[in-house]
Amino acid sequence: MSIFEYNGSALVAMVGKNCFAIASDRRLGVNLQTVATDFQRIFKIHDKLYIGLSGLATDAQTMYQRLVFRHKLYQLREERDMKPQTFASLVSALLYEKRFGPYFCQPVIAGLGDDDVPFICTMDCLGAKELAKDFVVSGTASESLYGACESMYKPNMESEELFETISQALLSSVDRDCLSGWGGHVLLVTPTEVQERTLKGRMD
Amino acid sequence: AQGFTLPFEAAFSFPQTDCSPFASLAVSPLQPAIGTPEMGDSQYSFSLTTFSPTGKLVQIEHALTAVGSGQTSLGIKAANGVVIATEKKLPSILVDETSVQKIQLMTTNIGVVYSGMGPDSRVLVRKSRKQAQQYFRLYKEPIPVTQLVRETAAVMQEFTQSGGVRPFGVSLLVAGYDDNGPQLYQVDPSGSYFSWKASAMGKNVSNAKTFLEKRYTDDMELDDAVHTAILTLKEGFQGQISGKNIEIGIVGADRKFRYYIEAIAYGLWLN
Repeated sequence: MSIFEYNGSALVAMVGKNCFAIASDRRLGVNLQTVATDFQRIFKIHDKLYIGLSGLATDAQTMYQRLVFRHKLYQLREERDMKPQTFASLVSALLYEKRFGPYFCQPVIAGLGDDDVPFICTMDCLGAKELAKDFVVSGTASESLYGACESMYKPNMESEELFETISQALLSSVDRDCLSGWGGHVLLVTPTEVQERTLKGRMD
Repeated sequence: AQGFTLPFEAAFSFPQTDCSPFASLAVSPLQPAIGTPEMGDSQYSFSLTTFSPTGKLVQIEHALTAVGSGQTSLGIKAANGVVIATEKKLPSILVDETSVQKIQLMTTNIGVVYSGMGPDSRVLVRKSRKQAQQYFRLYKEPIPVTQLVRETAAVMQEFTQSGGVRPFGVSLLVAGYDDNGPQLYQVDPSGSYFSWKASAMGKNVSNAKTFLEKRYTDDMELDDAVHTAILTLKEGFQGQISGKNIEIGIVGADRKFRYYIEAIAYGLWLN
């Protein structure tokens, strides 16, 4: 088993109409043994910027701590929040710094930029950015997620429909992956509010 | 020439600073009046990193003197842009004036002019350009003017607290246009920086500032500001001002800093 499959993870982010949704599974495993069923993979950077980190859980947590550190200093110096595109460039730079001994995590970044235009992107563990207009996926269930999102996604969905779509895509994909699952965690972000919901799926 | 009538008068030739009641008026921080605490400051002027008893770092005062004897430069922030300008008095008519450039770019939307020692300003511009590019490499976003000024000032401050170095003998006027609109900052050899609506540095600074105070209005347009800048330079200019012996730098809402080595190129004419 590869190092990326040690803990198991599933992450997906989707763009809707003036909103975005980011969702993850909740399982934390050690190889095939499940160790936690409430593991947090999606973290808030600021009110309109979230990052999900899949892959090795320890690297995900450390990466998150480093990013929060950098963002807090940025907020103090520049007296403003980071734009999602700027944050993505920062994550990419930090990952590439460890080019020959990388963090084994793949981030999914989702935020509302200037004028509340949704922005999503993902990158590999070395910082190669992949910008997308519709959805991005990451984790051990990524292949199933690609298929599910491709068939279920429609552009310009309103927030309720977006929530339904991303939830169905996540749950059906993790059901096909033994290393991820145990429910889901969905965050729906609009310019005015953030809705956080927990999904109950097949608890295995 | 003093003539001495009696031999012993020559032995008692009094020093420059006389002891009349008017001597208590100090001419400058470096020529303190007798009897004041600042009198002993000169004993501490050898070392940059030693405070004098009056709490000053005398080397920095000297650096400011170097700035104060440099060629006049000034900047004006308009509602829709910033203009900076400087005299360009060349030591001889044999100098190739097209090769001399005092106003320089730090980034495509931020420019800088200096008063004081030219070579010191070149070092600072070089470091600032590198910092601006490092910022861009990390964030893929052009550096905000305040951040670049802060980092340049930090470099200048480093040179006031390190061993074996001297402070920079320049004050910089940084002009830029970014998401926060037009901005004008002055950075001093000590590392302190100030945001100005209009400012001048170098020789003739007090006259220039008085002139600017009278002429500045908050809703000035960029063209008015350029005109005012040239008039302000003309006020203190020794000799005949012309398009060839001043330099102008302008940045407007298009965020492209342009500099004019010969002001004639801008289409201005001067009496």
